[in-house]
Amino acid sequence: MAQQKNLDGYVGFASLPNQVYRKSVKRGFEFTLMVVGESGLGKSTLINSLFLTDLYSAEYPGPSHRIKKTVQVEQSKVLIKEGGVQLLLTIVDTPGFGDAVDNSNCWQPIIDHIDSKFEDYLNSESRVNRRQMPDSRIHCCLYFIAPSGHGLKPLDIEFMKRLHEKVNVIPMIAKADTLTPEECQQFKKQIMREIQEHKIKIYEFPETDDEEENRLVKKIKDKLPLAVVGSNTIIEVNGKRVRGRQYPWGVAEVENSDHCDFTILRDMLIRTHMQDLKDVTNNVHYENYRSRKLAAVTYNGVDNNKAKGQLSTKSPLAQMEEERREHVAKMKKMEMEMEQVFEMKVKEKVQKLKDSEAELQRRHEQMKKNLEAQHKELEEKRRVFEEERVNWETQQRLEQQKLEASRTLDKNKKKGKIF
Amino acid sequence: VLDLAAVPDTVVSPAVYGEKTGGPVLDFSYVGIDAILEQMRRKAMKQGFELNIMVVGQSGLGKSTLMNTLFKSKVSRKSVLATAQEKIPKTVEIKSISHDIEEKGVRMKLTVIDTPGFGDQINNENCWQPIMKFINDQYEAYLQEEININRKKRIPDSRVHCCIYFIPPTGHCLRPLDVEFMRRLSKVVNIVPVIAKADTLTLEERDFFKQKIREELRANGIDVYPQKEFDEDAEDRMINEKIREMIPFAVVGSDQEYQVNGRRLLGRKTKWGTIEVENIAHCEFAYLRDLLIRTHMQNIKDITSSIHYEMYRVRRLNENNTTVAHANGVPEHHLTAHEM
Repeated sequence: MAQQKNLDGYVGFASLPNQVYRKSVKRGFEFTLMVVGESGLGKSTLINSLFLTDLYSAEYPGPSHRIKKTVQVEQSKVLIKEGGVQLLLTIVDTPGFGDAVDNSNCWQPIIDHIDSKFEDYLNSESRVNRRQMPDSRIHCCLYFIAPSGHGLKPLDIEFMKRLHEKVNVIPMIAKADTLTPEECQQFKKQIMREIQEHKIKIYEFPETDDEEENRLVKKIKDKLPLAVVGSNTIIEVNGKRVRGRQYPWGVAEVENSDHCDFTILRDMLIRTHMQDLKDVTNNVHYENYRSRKLAAVTYNGVDNNKAKGQLSTKSPLAQMEEERREHVAKMKKMEMEMEQVFEMKVKEKVQKLKDSEAELQRRHEQMKKNLEAQHKELEEKRRVFEEERVNWETQQRLEQQKLEASRTLDKNKKKGKIF
Repeated sequence: VLDLAAVPDTVVSPAVYGEKTGGPVLDFSYVGIDAILEQMRRKAMKQGFELNIMVVGQSGLGKSTLMNTLFKSKVSRKSVLATAQEKIPKTVEIKSISHDIEEKGVRMKLTVIDTPGFGDQINNENCWQPIMKFINDQYEAYLQEEININRKKRIPDSRVHCCIYFIPPTGHCLRPLDVEFMRRLSKVVNIVPVIAKADTLTLEERDFFKQKIREELRANGIDVYPQKEFDEDAEDRMINEKIREMIPFAVVGSDQEYQVNGRRLLGRKTKWGTIEVENIAHCEFAYLRDLLIRTHMQNIKDITSSIHYEMYRVRRLNENNTTVAHANGVPEHHLTAHEM
């Protein structure tokens, strides 16, 4: 439809990739990787080797050191920086997978987890206000196959069949240093044959226009599934320090492409196809989920998921109206609640004041009583005192009289005598 | 019938025979009781030996290869059955293949009992039941022959003497399935646990794993061969203690030969080195072979017949007696293969 035109001069939009690049670098990248497999297949060791960090170390031992009763889904986040680019890496581990005696439905917790991440993303995408959209969807699932050398186990087939439509499944042969090169070839062929037989859709590497890249992709495709070896230890071999495993008969090097396909996995996962994995997750798996979810809603007529989120097929304006209404309702409810709380508080305070009033009243009465008692006492004392005084006065008067009488007598005597 | 132990190595010194066969007896204090050893040896050579080994483990752990390596010939099911399917069977099957092998005039009837499908399903609940049933059926068959009025001179011994259990080399600990199986079966048969495909583990990982396994076996009360309670005397105990410190053996099997340092050896060739199966610095296959064949084979058979089989017999006959009593003297003819 659009015509291709040649430019006469240099416009400058060739620098768009640089702008995108700068923006992305500033924003940083996110990547979520899930590892699934029986315990003891070297999952934690491989993660450590892939990202050259000790995600699982002695202080924070990996889940495989304890056998779990049920399948758990554990997430660990790590932020790694390299050359100014930062990557928020989330590793989702699934300890307990395939370890029990009865492993029926051991994939259910994993499927539920993937679905819940899709749902979170769907909900945050359906909001009107979506400035922040954290992407916690699982971008890639590394499935570890035990190196039996024969073929896939029923559990492997069942798991991959159920998950290939939900997430990018990359099957890998774990602990590949168990197999000799011939056994490895045969095993890989057998696995690919079984994968095709059961119509399992593992992650496919995209074809590009670039010849160089196509050759690389073809090389990877020939080696699927990748046979990997991981190691936490660094050993000296011929003066070089390499990651490897030391055996009495030699050293199996992790990064030697003759020994195992680890370098191919790492390059593919991190250096060349990380963005593509995210894109496929977004465009294919997520869209599948979304269309299935929304189709279910419209088919039923009733929105079963109202409780979980605001999922609806209305236009944005109507949705905005609804959101506003919801907001208002929420506010009203909050207001009512506040009122209630306020009333309750007021009642309490009134009660308290009443109580203290009564208390004061009581005390007042008490004091009055005390005062009256004291008053009475004092009155009593005064009366007694008055009595005493009267007595004393009468006595005094008597005394006085007596004294006067005796003095007049004396005087008379004196007077009489003189005569 | 008493079988001789480690026949080729315990040949009585020829000097005594020279003295005996050549002319009149010169030594009055020599009676000649020890000559019974030679008589027994000759008889045993004529009769031959029987050994029934059962291998149990998930598919892909190298059971067939190990059997081939142990007996240096293609004795496993896969080598014999040309149409051996690679598909995992839906239920546990029991397949036994018998071979007659001979070495230095000693004949042995070796039966390898394979259990494809064990532990391979998604739901492995009760996957040990077919195996237990098989073992008890063998005991039952022997018992039937024994209580016959007209017995055969030599009852064919199809009882499982030894069960080799293959533990996958996870490097961490035993899985619930392993514990369940060994717990139930250590009561009816001699179990020898081995770590399969041990070339996956470095030496430190191997030691750690073994320790964990031993701890778990102790914690669950699982008594594997050589059982502590069956040690007869101090000498036995000393030898067996040494073995008990080493189990489970970390083995690697191979039926292909490679040239290493000018010698042709059984091994596995990888890009970073060749693993020699019989080199004890590489793996413990030699110890397993010595235990099973060169030193303890007779002991294994003895324990099976005198302890495990006797336990089964006692139980069965007691059952029979009680049912007879309940049925008021009517003899019970219906015998059922019972499960523990």
